[in-house]
Amino acid sequence: MLLSKPKIIRGGVRTESRKQSTAEAPLEPLRAGQRLYVSLAQHIGAPALPAVAPGQDVAKGQCIGTPEAGLSAAVHAPTSGRVVAIDRHPAPHPSGLTVPTVIIEPDGEERWAPQLPDPMTAPAGQLDPTAIATRVAEAGIVGMGGAAFPAAVKLGAGQPVATLILNGGECEPYLTCDDRLMRERAAGIIDGAQLMARALGAERTAIGVEDNKPEAIHALRRATDALGGPDVVPVPSLWPQGSEKHLIYTLTGREVPAGARAADIGVVVHNVGTAYAVHRAARHGRPLISRPITVGGGAVAEPTNFEVPLGLPLQALLEAAGGLREDPARVLAGGPMMGQVAPLEAGVAKGTNGVIALTAAEIREAEGRPCIRCGRCVDACPMGLMPFEIANRAAAGDVDGAAASGLMDCLTCGSCAYVCPSARPLVQLFHHARGQRAEQAAAKERSELQRRMAEQRAERQRREQERKKAAAAARRRQRAQQKAAGGDSESPAQEQPQNEEKETQT
Amino acid sequence: MSELVAGPHTRAPLSLPTLMRQVLLAAAPATAFGVWLYGWPALNLLLITLVTVVAAEAACLRAAGRPVRSGVGDSSALVAGWILAMSLPPWAPWWIGVIGGLLAVILGKGVFGGTGQNLFNPAMVARVALLIAFPVEMTRWVEPAPLGSATAPGFLESLGITFAGAADWDAVTGATTLDTARTAVTEGQSIETALPEAYQPALALLGYAPGSLAEGSALLLALGGLYLIYRRVIAWEIPVVMLATLALLASAFHLIDPDRYADAGVHILAGSTLLAAFFIATDPTTSPATTLGRAVFAAGCALIVWVVRTYGGYPEATAFAVLLMNAFTPLIDHWIRPRVYGRTRLGAPLSTDREGP
Repeated sequence: MLLSKPKIIRGGVRTESRKQSTAEAPLEPLRAGQRLYVSLAQHIGAPALPAVAPGQDVAKGQCIGTPEAGLSAAVHAPTSGRVVAIDRHPAPHPSGLTVPTVIIEPDGEERWAPQLPDPMTAPAGQLDPTAIATRVAEAGIVGMGGAAFPAAVKLGAGQPVATLILNGGECEPYLTCDDRLMRERAAGIIDGAQLMARALGAERTAIGVEDNKPEAIHALRRATDALGGPDVVPVPSLWPQGSEKHLIYTLTGREVPAGARAADIGVVVHNVGTAYAVHRAARHGRPLISRPITVGGGAVAEPTNFEVPLGLPLQALLEAAGGLREDPARVLAGGPMMGQVAPLEAGVAKGTNGVIALTAAEIREAEGRPCIRCGRCVDACPMGLMPFEIANRAAAGDVDGAAASGLMDCLTCGSCAYVCPSARPLVQLFHHARGQRAEQAAAKERSELQRRMAEQRAERQRREQERKKAAAAARRRQRAQQKAAGGDSESPAQEQPQNEEKETQT
Repeated sequence: MSELVAGPHTRAPLSLPTLMRQVLLAAAPATAFGVWLYGWPALNLLLITLVTVVAAEAACLRAAGRPVRSGVGDSSALVAGWILAMSLPPWAPWWIGVIGGLLAVILGKGVFGGTGQNLFNPAMVARVALLIAFPVEMTRWVEPAPLGSATAPGFLESLGITFAGAADWDAVTGATTLDTARTAVTEGQSIETALPEAYQPALALLGYAPGSLAEGSALLLALGGLYLIYRRVIAWEIPVVMLATLALLASAFHLIDPDRYADAGVHILAGSTLLAAFFIATDPTTSPATTLGRAVFAAGCALIVWVVRTYGGYPEATAFAVLLMNAFTPLIDHWIRPRVYGRTRLGAPLSTDREGP
């Protein structure tokens, strides 16, 4: 089902890649500093449950958070040291909301935990698929492209998967950490891909890499030649080529139906970084405790790439990159298209692929002007939506109209806002409208619940009345009978209504 | 609305004011040629119209309680005024420019809620309103009298023409190519025999003929239009489809009866076809937002232009065509939409077992 020639996606924008400053910077391992803020909620799903207590010593790779039931992921100590607190701390998210966080003071010894699992040495084809998925779960691996979806769930979903696609798109401007990983650790990525393909039972595997990374393509091809591995397919450098839906279209010519998941059409997509983490977990028994990150943006003195222990504050990353040469207008976790304004004290999470400090000139902030319906957003939308229409309806408070125009189909990729000559905050309007819609749905559910409860109460009361009537009638009948018989026993008839009274109150 | 800043945190360099100024830049050569061709009165008219639209825009913004500086600064009113001036008779009196400018800004967009809210092209609203209200002044064309030539009015004389109506019209009036063609057909003459006197393709290409201020020079208008396409300021579909449809229609009918129907060259080079195709029909606000929608819109414009020129009584084929199609724009945008990823044309989710969309 893979195509021999990649298909060009509809819409999309050619952003300025701005990758030059870090593309040649090798992944430099960064040591844990003063304190690590390891979030227990750095993945999609429920936060992990703390498995350590304040004051406890932890070893590198030791499990410090066990996954909650359902969708969740394990969390491990990125280095050895002492847990000083388990407290709420800001996450790399603009809300400023805090998340449960294990705060570790490193002892600098980098002492590995003794109980790490044994390396799996057999060729991928001979391993037990379930054992691979289990290992991925134990290692706490989540999608490293940014979404942070627990990877083991996607490997063991039980649906037949014909095609595994590795995402080496990295189409966000500035970010080059995946590019570096592909250049430097291609063999590990290919091995990880083979392990995941085995776990999924996938017949085919392809790696899509944007054609602006010739060296990564070269390195991967060399590794696939050696390992007899999957196809490496150059894809156009076009935002948002790295979106799962669009990479699938480019490589298979198929679209993920609205409301369905990729697995429903037999495709699973994983980021190249995730594949590398799977390789590390299986072949070396290492849990996910560090990740590649690009530190960049015009305000950073020496933009570069790091291999960073999870939990290291973003501030420490900026300092490691030579500090700031000017006051940034905005500091982001992630790239400039979909990244989010982040507090500097937040710790690096499993999904954090960049820390980008942008100058005002790079942001090109412009005064918002009225929509002139020029249709540039329509041409740019990779989902085939008419963003100006959704935005106009959202701005007018017409949430239902916005939904009818495709609000829920939007990827919030920002292509529309990128090209808008009137500098309208389109994505913000979409988020806002979605929030309102969720609120309306919740309110509707609440009122529905209230209505049902009121109906039930009315029904109960009605039944109550009937029973009372029936009881009274029975009493009258009884009395009449007693009169007729000349007997005397009224106590049961008196007690009964009292019991019923209690029942109605519950 | 949420105070949180959402992505993207960078943007493409093209902004609304830049976009509008690119249009002015592209229109400048054809306008400069018009000013040279018809002399100082043409420049007077252009300046009067521009001053009027800026003042009117400022007044509208103030009345609407919007920031005046930023609203005027986007240059959208300037574009409307400029294009209106290009389409006016070059020696029209000052009050034509003033009334036209007021109509364009106030009736053309102010009453709809300002920039981006109007249904109809502001310049064309003004042009048609002026034609209906002042048919004499709006159809008096002058023979070319280039600056520096013997027949050209001097600067002081031009003030008399513009502000006091001092032109000796009997001496300067000429007929446009399309007028000649229409007259020939109504008098039972063949277009082919009537045309050569007034119409020469080479002169039409340059715009050396009686006509509006700056809609004559096919060459310079096309040059400006191609620049706008190259800079991605206008959508290429509109000029390409409009010109192609008009050429096809004209050629087909010309082939059937050359005496009655003018050929494609006349339709494209004479009149305001190129001004409309590149500068008027391409107005982003009043044209559809999708590629296919724009093509339908442009084909509709071409059809109406041809019908009005061939069967109608008014000289305003392009203005009518654009305004009529403007009215259809919301409908076109409602019916012609891109197919949403993962959905059928009708909006239902694709089935999971279907091979490809």
